[in-house]
Amino acid sequence: MTELATYNFAYLDEQTKRMIRRAILKAIAIPGYQVPFASREMPMPYGWGTGGVQVTASIIGPEDVLKVIDQGADDTTNAVSIRAFFQKVANVAVTTHTKDATIIQTRHRIPEQQLEKGQVLVYQVPIPEPLRFLEPRETETRKMHALEEYGLMHVKLYEDIARHGRISTTYAYPVKVAGRYVMDPSPTPKFDNPKMHMSEALQLFGAGREKRIYAVPPYTDVVSLDFEDYPFEIQKFEQPCALCGAQGVYLDEVVLDDKGGRMFVCSDTDHCEDRREHGHAGEMLAPAKEAAE
Amino acid sequence: MTDTPLLKVSGVSKFYGSRIGCKDVSFDLWPGEVLAIVGESGSGKTTLLNCLSTRLMPTTGSVEYRMRDGNFRDLYHMSEAERRFLMRTDWGFVHQNPADGLRMTVSAGANVGERLMAVGDRHYGKIRETATDWLTRVEIGTDRIDDQPRAFSGGMRQRLQIARNLVTGPRLVFMDEPTGGLDVSVQARLLDLVRGLVNDLGLSAIVVTHDLAVARLLSHRMMVMKDGHVIEHGLTDRVLDDPREPYTQLLVSSILQV
Amino acid sequence: MATPLVVSEVFKSFTMHLRDGIKLPVVNDVSFSVASGECVVLGGPSGIGKSSILKMLYGNYAVDAGQILVDHKEKLVDIARADPRTVLDVRRHTLGYVSQFLRTVPRVSAIDVVAEPLVARGIGAPEAKERASDLLAKLNLPRELWSLPPATFSGGEQQRVNIARGFITSHSILLLDEPTASLDAVNRRVVVDMIAEKKRDGVALLGIFHDEEVREAVADRILDVTQFSPRKAAA
Repeated sequence: MTELATYNFAYLDEQTKRMIRRAILKAIAIPGYQVPFASREMPMPYGWGTGGVQVTASIIGPEDVLKVIDQGADDTTNAVSIRAFFQKVANVAVTTHTKDATIIQTRHRIPEQQLEKGQVLVYQVPIPEPLRFLEPRETETRKMHALEEYGLMHVKLYEDIARHGRISTTYAYPVKVAGRYVMDPSPTPKFDNPKMHMSEALQLFGAGREKRIYAVPPYTDVVSLDFEDYPFEIQKFEQPCALCGAQGVYLDEVVLDDKGGRMFVCSDTDHCEDRREHGHAGEMLAPAKEAAE
Repeated sequence: MTDTPLLKVSGVSKFYGSRIGCKDVSFDLWPGEVLAIVGESGSGKTTLLNCLSTRLMPTTGSVEYRMRDGNFRDLYHMSEAERRFLMRTDWGFVHQNPADGLRMTVSAGANVGERLMAVGDRHYGKIRETATDWLTRVEIGTDRIDDQPRAFSGGMRQRLQIARNLVTGPRLVFMDEPTGGLDVSVQARLLDLVRGLVNDLGLSAIVVTHDLAVARLLSHRMMVMKDGHVIEHGLTDRVLDDPREPYTQLLVSSILQV
Repeated sequence: MATPLVVSEVFKSFTMHLRDGIKLPVVNDVSFSVASGECVVLGGPSGIGKSSILKMLYGNYAVDAGQILVDHKEKLVDIARADPRTVLDVRRHTLGYVSQFLRTVPRVSAIDVVAEPLVARGIGAPEAKERASDLLAKLNLPRELWSLPPATFSGGEQQRVNIARGFITSHSILLLDEPTASLDAVNRRVVVDMIAEKKRDGVALLGIFHDEEVREAVADRILDVTQFSPRKAAA
């Protein structure tokens, strides 16, 4: 017998999971609405995804296949730790392949591969309240949501244009869900906003420190806020991924040396690897391989 | 002369436990009319203003407002959503301290534009154009449109607050000591500006002030309050030039002659 | 002839609450009327209550008892009892008043001060200003002063602005409180002419003129206010 026998399946006790599942169901019923829940202490610090982990722990079953990404990558500390955590406490299968996963827990990205029916995307959310930085009073922001008073959200976008000549918000870009609630999509790049619209997958958002859960059910309208004369636009990249040659994907900048050398590569590591396995190559792939050999 | 008032106040009282905030206040306010409520600190004038502007629930009485569709609605039987909508479209509220009525960390242009965005304006260029126009009307240089009110003087902040309130073309504006805390010369400029705007726009206004000069310059009619009661009520120049009540006589005789 | 202003049995006193509530009677049992096209001048020594009568008629002073009936928009309004809104409407359309002193408003130019009563009656600003210019020119106010606020003007200049403001409208009743007091002979004559013109237009005028020459020139009859003095009754 291993020491794991002392943990309940997926770490949380069943009463807690039921409580969180009730919050999730309510969140799905009211798309974009922030449902309060009794967030638990998790064996990791706040800011490391305690909200996402609690959501995942409440919905995961023994048959699920879990993928965890951090800024699109499967191999960074946060992703590796959370994946290992669930392997240990739930003994579930894990994967790095987007299409094989039934649950994908993410920090700050949506995979490039289009999600499908039956998949669940769990976001880790640091600050769930999109109105927070303009209206610090929680009593007031709740009222504003309740009464659908969202003028303030456009004040923020107005300030962007006044200061920078364009809407310079590039991440955590506010969206309106199902024509009703304005929602913070967590600090994902605005590049990913269009993927939320009419997604086949269920999207769940967990904020552990702030004790809020919200959701976007499958096939739901998700519209990024904008002005008529300054419409919403996603980032465009000048060059394709240096490793797999992909275009129209979100790229990370990698600094190569202290002489100004740099490369742009897919932020979604699984997507990049998959393309390379299928024979796609970027302009810096060959020298990189040679150097490794 | 229209034959229907804009605001009908009847029997409004507010008690704080056994203490009286204001007691049994009734009056009608007509379109284009400016009413001053004067009295010393603690006389209940701010309590009354808050009761009228839905910021405070009166203990008894009713306040009815003629909506744009011509129908009277009791403010305290409206839903909160309707009340708040009214407050940011058809009403204005000018606070004594501009920081209470402005967003100090967003630009002057956005402060003016917020109400427009709140009622659904989604064209940046037009919002900015309107904001520019309003800054001009309240005598703020249009080169300050992207500055935050933190960088403004007290008088400019107060003028910005006024522009922010008037941008949606409200029919009724509440003002709580609008010139309190300003230098005399700055006060004169602000009063003149408010007077001009009220005349040009045909606004109705309820102005709370302890400064009789403000009442004389801005209002058509005034109410004098003492210990929560309205003790004298009439045409502004009549009350000031021929005060009837002992307390009003005391107030008027206390003005320093320059 | 029409009689747009009828005063009957008006009593007025001041109660000085700050001085142990002593009661100072001002006038008792004031009754008179003014017909259209007539100029009635209030006579009697200073302090007898002439200005107080004008102020009561204008709604500026409250009345203890009696009626002040004004023909306003083809209806009779009792100024002694009318609500503030009605008094303001009467002032806007029927009852004009030229006070002894101009109450200046900071930053408003002389020409706008004069044009304001017309604008308040819904006449467009350009037309109102044109008529204001005509009047100021007639009253010999130096043109360079027109765009300045009158606060810094001399007494005579302020008075001419005040007269222009009072005369610009076609009010059917006009109250004049010593409008010529601080004017020179030339401008006094201008005002006399203007009053004559108002009379020809059928305006009912009620005024106080200490200057005998002007009084002789404009008065159709003189109403001795001494007869209403409570002091007379006591004596």
